[in-house]
Amino acid sequence: MASANWPEKKTWSYLRDRIDRVDGPVKATGAARYSYDVNRPGMLYAKVLYSQHASAKINGIDLSGAKSMKGVKATWRDEDLIGSEVQYAGQMLAAVAAVTEELAQEAVKQIKVDYEVKKPQVIDDDPEYADDRASRREEGNLEEALKGAEVVSEGEYGLPVVTHCCMESHGQVAEVKDGELHLWPSTQNVSRYADQMGEQVGIPGNKTHVNTQYMGGGFGSKFSHDKWGIVGAILAKQSGRPVKLMLDRDMELMAAGNRPSAYSKVKVGVKKDGTITAMDEEVWGTGGPANYRPPPFPYVFTGVENWRQVGRRIRTNRGGQRAWRAPNHPQGCLITMAAIDDAAAALGMDALDFFRHNTQLTERPDVYREELDVAADMIGYRQKAHPRGDKTPGPVKRGLGISMHQWGGLGHPSECDLTIHPDGSVECKIGTQDLGTGTRTVINIVVAETLGLALEDIEVKIGKSAYPQSGASGGSTTVGGVSASSRLAATSALNALLDVVASELGVSANELEARYGHIRVKGDPTKAVSWKEACSMLGPSPINKKGVNDRAESREKGLIDGGVGGVQMADVSVDTETGIVTINEMVGVQDCGLVIDLKTAESQVYGAMIMGITYSLFEEAVYDRTTGSMLNADMEFYRLAGLQDVGDLRVHMMGGEKYAKRGVIGLGEPPVISPGAAISNAVANACGVRVPYLPLTPERVTDALEKGGMSV
Amino acid sequence: MKPFEYAAPNTLEEAIGLLGEKWGEAEVLAGGTDLVTALKQGIMEPDRLVSLKNLTSLQQVELREGTLHIGAMAPLAAVSENSTAQEHFPSLVQAIEGIGSRQIIVHGTVGGDLCQRPRCWYFRSGYGLFGQHDGESLVLNGDNRFHAIFGNEGPAYFVHPSSLGPALIALDATLIAVGPKGKERTIGAGDFFKTPQNEDERETVLRPDEVVTEIRVPLHGLKNATYEVRHRQGFDWPYVTATVAFQERGGTASDGRVVLGHVAPVPWHSEKASQSLNGQALNEPTAKECGQAAIVGAKPLSGNRYKVQLTKTAVKRAVLSAAGIEQEA
Repeated sequence: MASANWPEKKTWSYLRDRIDRVDGPVKATGAARYSYDVNRPGMLYAKVLYSQHASAKINGIDLSGAKSMKGVKATWRDEDLIGSEVQYAGQMLAAVAAVTEELAQEAVKQIKVDYEVKKPQVIDDDPEYADDRASRREEGNLEEALKGAEVVSEGEYGLPVVTHCCMESHGQVAEVKDGELHLWPSTQNVSRYADQMGEQVGIPGNKTHVNTQYMGGGFGSKFSHDKWGIVGAILAKQSGRPVKLMLDRDMELMAAGNRPSAYSKVKVGVKKDGTITAMDEEVWGTGGPANYRPPPFPYVFTGVENWRQVGRRIRTNRGGQRAWRAPNHPQGCLITMAAIDDAAAALGMDALDFFRHNTQLTERPDVYREELDVAADMIGYRQKAHPRGDKTPGPVKRGLGISMHQWGGLGHPSECDLTIHPDGSVECKIGTQDLGTGTRTVINIVVAETLGLALEDIEVKIGKSAYPQSGASGGSTTVGGVSASSRLAATSALNALLDVVASELGVSANELEARYGHIRVKGDPTKAVSWKEACSMLGPSPINKKGVNDRAESREKGLIDGGVGGVQMADVSVDTETGIVTINEMVGVQDCGLVIDLKTAESQVYGAMIMGITYSLFEEAVYDRTTGSMLNADMEFYRLAGLQDVGDLRVHMMGGEKYAKRGVIGLGEPPVISPGAAISNAVANACGVRVPYLPLTPERVTDALEKGGMSV
Repeated sequence: MKPFEYAAPNTLEEAIGLLGEKWGEAEVLAGGTDLVTALKQGIMEPDRLVSLKNLTSLQQVELREGTLHIGAMAPLAAVSENSTAQEHFPSLVQAIEGIGSRQIIVHGTVGGDLCQRPRCWYFRSGYGLFGQHDGESLVLNGDNRFHAIFGNEGPAYFVHPSSLGPALIALDATLIAVGPKGKERTIGAGDFFKTPQNEDERETVLRPDEVVTEIRVPLHGLKNATYEVRHRQGFDWPYVTATVAFQERGGTASDGRVVLGHVAPVPWHSEKASQSLNGQALNEPTAKECGQAAIVGAKPLSGNRYKVQLTKTAVKRAVLSAAGIEQEA
């Protein structure tokens, strides 16, 4: 019998190899159809009217102007909002479906809204605007620890609201045919996207079908069908025609989710040897009208004995927050890592020595130490390091920065249905989705590895709600979930096949293995039948087996695990005459247990580092305080890094028995957590002053230099 | 976007005849890199677009009698790749390369660069050219990090987005504009831009029924350079630009010109900085002093004080670059 446990390294055919993503060619050539690309016969285009005002009572929404236009086939307005208030500019009020996109846009303009405008509140960085009730968490005796510290450093640190800025906006194509609802949404949650839509659309769940083959990014913002999903389906039902409703970029940035801000004042107390003994934080920020949860503190260094966190929420008339790749960790990471880096500088201790010394206060001291050493080697830390403030002449200063992060990443519940057909072909169905991360490729590798076949021998089918349920892709849970379920399903199917072959060959199934396209007797490759021949022994009935990832069981077996650490270091230049920060080099060292595909894993880390550089240097949602409107709801002033801005990036995935034996652990989130802190620390190391808030733009850098008496 | 009539006439005369008497009736379509965005944003809603794409004679770039004649419809790339421009007008070439987007450099035109509308985010969000709400300036009360530090007495606080304007002014360029009945006007580049005083005006002295046909840049033997302070290396707007030009004899400057971009509602000719160069030895202290002179009279708004520092630096670096002096990194 084949075991579902991961094979020993010496027998790996594909695991931890550099495999190209299997859907790379169709994506690169444009043959892959994203939700945005789905066009159905007779399809209508829907456009949304959103609130121009950030705070207003809606007295009425008059659709008559739109309805009377030729070519307008269906309209909708939010009945619940009439007589009630909008919370932010960009909030959906009404929608129109028409025969062309232009006509729909024109029709939306004909909708008349009776607003009773109120004064908005969009300021999120001033604690004066915070709720009176603060959250409070503490441990140990902070006051005493601060008193007893060798050095107490104080600083301010923060990050503004940034959006998810998915390249494909939110939305879907919806079609009602023979009383059944077909949806092609851009979603991170194929299996459960349509849950609870039935009641609102008037079509039961057993007549609803979701199909998402390719989607252009979610980052935590695409779990729900959202109101526009319901409305798109209603318009399709009303008109009897397929309806495409994708958000325009402005509404995407205003309404489709964002990462909450966090601003803080922090005190850190350290002993002479560098041990962190006390951390005190006041933190505030906004999630728009939504809840606000203060970021984790102390971050990673959870063994700090004395600490306190006082958190305050600022309610704003901005779009509501959503999970943003590693929710709350980038904020927690920047605040803790920058604060302790300042403490190291105040103590006069080298940052690497300081971080390394304090790994004793983390949950994985060995992993972090090992990663710090690898990262330091990769970036040439010991050769380049200097105390805070580059003293070389000239306006351009260079510096290094360090950060550490953590994440869970235990695989989610996932079911896989695997069929071995008598003709030898194999199909694997999972109701999961590939957000661009390589999920399809990973499943393909696991099944091919398990059955001893080539990648192209396996047909991987994902992205449909008709397939066995698999969790939403969030929290870095997908790779663990699908690799466990597909491994279990493939092993179970293989064992059924081995039983058949064993009796044909007159050996015990335990003596057989599937390798190199053959079923053969272990240790005697001459006694073998080809895969095709083996499958022909099945007669007319295919083998069909299910694999179910039970998280606890899979963890026990060593198939999957949760809990990882990572280290990043940045080498930056700061032009002190202009405040321009340039990334010279950045290294990411990451643990994610057993790596299935080294190439897509590394790509995840590269992508995360680029996203991290973007929020460190460029990104922020800018609001006008008078009108409450978002001033940069476009791709011109909502600025993202381009390839020329990211410098030389290098990635190292931790490997070896120690890591591999833990099984598969998720990777989507962790590497996006550290860039803010690593870059902020590098800038402080370069120019000698801390720039309190991200993004590190010329205005913030020159201001900090001036306040620090370092301006030129 | 509002439906409009589209015309692509074959003669200049026809094109001018299709323009309106008031701004906003008809718009000239050149490369379209700004206009099409403005149409989509709904901040320009003309009844008619008059495309100049068939007027191929306006696309020529040629050197005649000591002057580089640049057709207004010449793509920006035709200038940055022109050998005369590369040899004599590095400031112009650097300004074009600074645009950062190959697509815009290839598709955008020289005339379009000069006539494009401001990027002010209040204007682009539909609050009008001056960004007002209930009679008050949203710019003054709001986020003005990218707005003017010179010439900002109001009601205009935006910065002119032209990349070429400052260089053309520094290089003594003249513009040819043609109106009804073939009436031709020669306008000095420095006189072309103006700060509008009401929402119905535009940012240049062009009349609604005139078309810029040509830009003439004389070979005056000026040393020149443009320096941009920009953050993102791909397509992005600079925070501040400075073009510097001067005559150089024996290491000494005369006839200095310093023109700043992205600091005022027009390309900003800094008299003080220009004069500070005259008679001075070209070296780091002179460059620094020139930068210092350039910021005299700057009046930053609530959120753009940093642009003063950036202006000082841009001017200093442009002087050094024009003089061929390597800067300390």
